[in-house]
Amino acid sequence: MVDSAAAATTVRARLAAKARANPSVVLGGVCLLLVLVTGFIEPEYLSLNGARSSLLQAAPLGILAGAQTILMLTGGIDLSVTMIATGSAYVAASQSSHGAAVAILMGVAVGLVVGAANGVGVAVFRVNPLIMTLAMSGIMLGTFTAWTQSILRGSTVVAPFIKELAAGSFLGNRLPYSVVVWAAISLILIWLLRRTGWGRLLYAVGDNETAVRLAGVRTWQVRIAAYIAAGILGSIAGILLAGRTGAVDLQLANAFLLPSVAAAVIGGTSIFGGVGGYTGTILGALILSVLNSMLTFLNVGQDIQQLVYGTIVLALAWGYAGLANRE
Amino acid sequence: MNRPSPLLTISGVAKAYGSVVALKAVDMTVRRHEIHALLGANGAGKSTLVRILAGVHPADRGTLEVEGKTANFRTPVEAMRGGMATVFQDPALIRDLTIAQNLRLSQTDPATFAQWLDEFDLGSLDRDRMVRDLPLDILRLVDLARALALNPKILLLDEITAALTADQAEKLFELLDRLKSDGCSVVLITHRLAEVMRICDTATILRDGRNVAELEVGGITQQELVHAMLGSPVDLAPDTPAGTTAPTPADAETVFAVEELASGEAVRQVSFAVRRGEVLGLVALEGQGQERVFDILCGERRPSSGRILVDGSPCRFLSPADAVRQGVVLIPGDRLQALLPSLPVYQNLVVTLITRIRQWLGLPADERARAANAIDSLSIDTRAAAQVRRLSGGNQQKVAIGRWLVSGFRTLLCFDPTRGIDIQTKGEIYALLRKLAADGAAVLLYTSELAEIPLVCDRVLVMHNGLIVDEQVAAQATEASLLTAAHGLV
Repeated sequence: MVDSAAAATTVRARLAAKARANPSVVLGGVCLLLVLVTGFIEPEYLSLNGARSSLLQAAPLGILAGAQTILMLTGGIDLSVTMIATGSAYVAASQSSHGAAVAILMGVAVGLVVGAANGVGVAVFRVNPLIMTLAMSGIMLGTFTAWTQSILRGSTVVAPFIKELAAGSFLGNRLPYSVVVWAAISLILIWLLRRTGWGRLLYAVGDNETAVRLAGVRTWQVRIAAYIAAGILGSIAGILLAGRTGAVDLQLANAFLLPSVAAAVIGGTSIFGGVGGYTGTILGALILSVLNSMLTFLNVGQDIQQLVYGTIVLALAWGYAGLANRE
Repeated sequence: MNRPSPLLTISGVAKAYGSVVALKAVDMTVRRHEIHALLGANGAGKSTLVRILAGVHPADRGTLEVEGKTANFRTPVEAMRGGMATVFQDPALIRDLTIAQNLRLSQTDPATFAQWLDEFDLGSLDRDRMVRDLPLDILRLVDLARALALNPKILLLDEITAALTADQAEKLFELLDRLKSDGCSVVLITHRLAEVMRICDTATILRDGRNVAELEVGGITQQELVHAMLGSPVDLAPDTPAGTTAPTPADAETVFAVEELASGEAVRQVSFAVRRGEVLGLVALEGQGQERVFDILCGERRPSSGRILVDGSPCRFLSPADAVRQGVVLIPGDRLQALLPSLPVYQNLVVTLITRIRQWLGLPADERARAANAIDSLSIDTRAAAQVRRLSGGNQQKVAIGRWLVSGFRTLLCFDPTRGIDIQTKGEIYALLRKLAADGAAVLLYTSELAEIPLVCDRVLVMHNGLIVDEQVAAQATEASLLTAAHGLV
């Protein structure tokens, strides 16, 4: 065992170096710590049920944060992603009479079209991503508010298959299907970001678009594809959310917008582009979900909850920045 | 000789920007009733000296004296109070304000301003026009009138005539003559030696951050001025294969050519052809349209007229991607434009391999081998390979070149690839360019270092004022012959 102060310092220095080399370990540690604290507050939480409920919460958030991660790597962002989620859920619900497959495809089509429009605005017409997606969010809210009175006046209840997919579990009610969906998406995203040319270009465009353009890449294609991918992820998250609640309304995914950005930032993806990855984002989404459970169990007012939530998010983001800067 | 008393005395002025030494030690005296030319090649330190005199940057060492009193200006306002008025190379006006608003901002007296502007028949210029809507020559004159309205003791003019028409320049010269007799002195920076001969009394020549000569203009010729600017030849890279390669056969096929390229005022008419295996040099003073030519050739900008031919067939480059697909690739003058600073060397090198959508869902099988080859043949130091931003300038430049070695190319456009690079790396880059040419590439090399031309190039073109004014055999080109042509004296 280490006794002397000098040895302790070396250990600390070595730990710090390890932490810098592998920030995921630090995030995992933070996550575990939060789980234990939550378990201390509410012992019931440290059970399969507790884990299941946190994962159920984390799945849609993690998928939405995946959309933000892809875009933030290019130096972009999508403020319309929760509106895409809501819109997709609406369309999927209204098509539920045609069967789950059609409903899901129609829902995903919303993300594809809106994502493409965002991408064209940002990459071709050079609209600032914040403005483009904020405006798109407003346009969609208006459109869907109007359509719920006319075109989409059908069902607001989703098909049973979607409900099962979003809220159901298997293996003796232990593993939720939506977590399986999230896991599959995670694998695809990690593969895309690490092992494909497109993934590489996302980082490169975010780091220095001019250098990528002069290399002969049509950078607008990379950006549009990124916004389309983000739109599709938004749709999937929206459909899962709708399945979980069983019915849709225009506030469905609203509360997830800022957490989706926060999860990516906590996970170490820079909003200025070029730096980050999805593994960190997964941990970021888990941390935020556990934090949410913890605050619910704390049994304090909404005001205190928000205060604690904000403080911890700030501390995590700041801590990560400190870690990255010392490098 | 009965010379007037000194008005401005500069002694031992030095200035470094980070590790780049712009001025080593400059002494210069501007007398009363004098138009004093400040001459020197690109990078000699002229603009730095102007910035110091205008109070934009303080000098690191040395002193300024105006009328015998120490005047080490720390801010532009101090310089103005000290009697300096400056017209910078780029108009110092705010583009999104009107002329009147700009005048108010600089607290210029509108009446005096109007009086000076009227000297150029611009008295009726609408003061409510936005600065961004005005042509460059008017802007320079507005800047000049504003400077004159300060009623300065010394007027600094940095390359003012470059943007003026011939008759505006004529009016300016008459005006400067009158100012001189009224007791105001003028420091004039220009690349046009004819102007120096015509209106200047004295010329101070800067070279490599030092003043190397002060000449009485009355008694010398333009050739003598050029000679003084050149001085003794600088040390050249030791291990370059100067003259070791056989000249390109005249019957080698033309890979890349442009015909009557034009773009606005900057490029008036440029035609040339680069053959397989040839390094074609391009030489020009600052701002003669060479940047614009390269922008057009690499697809960043479209020409207003003219054609680009690759292997004899005309091509339209709407973006760099089009040029790259024709094998025409650029090493930009600002190497930051070719680097992904926070990514590793490896990713920087292989980014040129994934330019098409069909390459998006996978990675090229041979990319490791290709990258390793490039690192080897350029001997890139990979000790700090995790982030390109941490590499030295020379190594960064190698990465900027290396990414094209990875993908392959047929025509290489190099814009000043050795700027700010140590002499050993320079030598390596010369050798590499020769080797690439020997392997069958066509290379177009713009350089601001004239000594490189005979070392690297087969032929050299000289550009002046948007035109190709001369072509020389590189082996016989000297700094004197190139500089003479670059001043349009052919």
